[in-house]
Amino acid sequence: MVMKLNTARRHVREGTKNIVRNSWMTVASVGAVTTTLVLVGIFLTLMLNLNQLAQNIEDEVQMNVYIELTATQEEMDELEENISQVPNVTSVEFSSKEEELDKLVEDMGEELALFEQNNPLNDVFIVKAEEANQYKNILGQVTEMDAVDGVNYSQNTVERLLDFNRYARYIGIAFIGALLLTAIFLISNTIRMTIVARSEEISIMKLVGAKNSFIRWPFFVEGMLMGVLGSIIPITLVLAGYYYLYENVNDQISIPFVDLLPFNPFAWQISLLLLGIGVFIGIWGSVMSVRKFLKV
Amino acid sequence: MIEMKKVFKLYSNGVTALNGVDASISQGDFVYVVGPSGAGKTSFIKMMYREELPSKGQVYINGVELSSLKHKEIPFLRRDVGVIFQDFKLLPRKTVYENVAFALEVIEENPRKIRRRVMDVLDKVGIKHKARFIPAQLSGGEQQRVSIARAIINNPKLVIADEPTGNLDPDTSWEIMKIFDEINSSGTTVIMATHSKDIVNQMKKRVIAMENGQIVRDEQRGEYGYEA
Repeated sequence: MVMKLNTARRHVREGTKNIVRNSWMTVASVGAVTTTLVLVGIFLTLMLNLNQLAQNIEDEVQMNVYIELTATQEEMDELEENISQVPNVTSVEFSSKEEELDKLVEDMGEELALFEQNNPLNDVFIVKAEEANQYKNILGQVTEMDAVDGVNYSQNTVERLLDFNRYARYIGIAFIGALLLTAIFLISNTIRMTIVARSEEISIMKLVGAKNSFIRWPFFVEGMLMGVLGSIIPITLVLAGYYYLYENVNDQISIPFVDLLPFNPFAWQISLLLLGIGVFIGIWGSVMSVRKFLKV
Repeated sequence: MIEMKKVFKLYSNGVTALNGVDASISQGDFVYVVGPSGAGKTSFIKMMYREELPSKGQVYINGVELSSLKHKEIPFLRRDVGVIFQDFKLLPRKTVYENVAFALEVIEENPRKIRRRVMDVLDKVGIKHKARFIPAQLSGGEQQRVSIARAIINNPKLVIADEPTGNLDPDTSWEIMKIFDEINSSGTTVIMATHSKDIVNQMKKRVIAMENGQIVRDEQRGEYGYEA
């Protein structure tokens, strides 16, 4: 059933009036939303960037398969073939011992160039997997193959990173959940206090035959408006703060793997999300608090 | 129009308010409900607009058994019943006009119709000239007129009043009673709980007397029967 336009207008008017009429309650509820959203905003920004950081590191992870010094060309071709057959392997790339030495020289310094006369390194297959947690399994299979001298990847680092990222995510989600619940509780409590004053009005509405939905709508509007009001400051903070951070961290300090998500669209997405969360907890808190008064 | 069959009401605090009430009230009746305080008059009345449900027994309004009514259907029952209280229950921040229009707004009546109907009904109860006042600026009698206007604006078939003259002086009470009489003469059932001996004795209507949650007397053209 479609609501009549006049009725919809009335609900918006009533909801707005209530916000103004109970101004200090509004301030309290909006304050609760604001505080929550600021914290949620900071957490989300941190979490998503952490995620991105982990992703960057994961992309950098590779596995070196050292080829026996005595291996023939056929053995090497066969090995390459075998490795690329292993599930989850996305690429196998040959790197000769000369190339390996060049990389080392680049990383460690010119002194190592001495070894160019008598290169002690192995030829290497550089193996990449879809995801970092698959290397362990691949390692097991590749080690068994012929013509393999040894295999390594930054096992500890990868595993610790994955663990850290996982725990950080769980803790972040739990924390955000707790924050949201607290905010809903605070809002529904503040609104409940204003409702005690309005319970008379509600009981008269019921007496003259108002449907529960009719009584609920203005509260819905009120909660929504409080959510919108409550998200203004957090959104401003996130936009300004992230802009500052992005400009400074990314351009001036260069930390390996740290590559903040670009301001556009990331900051806007977070802002939209905060607005959505604000509206949701506003409505939820508000509608929860009328429920008790609607029971017949 | 109203049938009660062996209605009991036991409140959770242990008070038995109704103790096996049988009653039958026809469309167009004017009924006084009398009896000492705590006799169950208010509980009896509350059964009729489903403010309370019986602990045992049935209440029928126009053939519909009220405890079988779904929550969603209750508002529609209430639209056919006008209720008036001793303390008026007007919204203090709204004007007389708004208080009465409210009853139409909540049932989503067309706004163009609201204005005409509100002014009509305010005229009927003699308070049209104070439409822009708020309740606190009115006397008790005037406030009761407003609450009557609100109760009858939907043309209910049944008007229920719980001691409507309890807070009013005798002269004002008579003016209010005249309004109830007019409402009744247009075919609306009126049920009124009252402690006013003079009103009951002079109006000569049906009287239901209650004591200890039971109907002890039910007479057409009855008397108050208690010393006031």
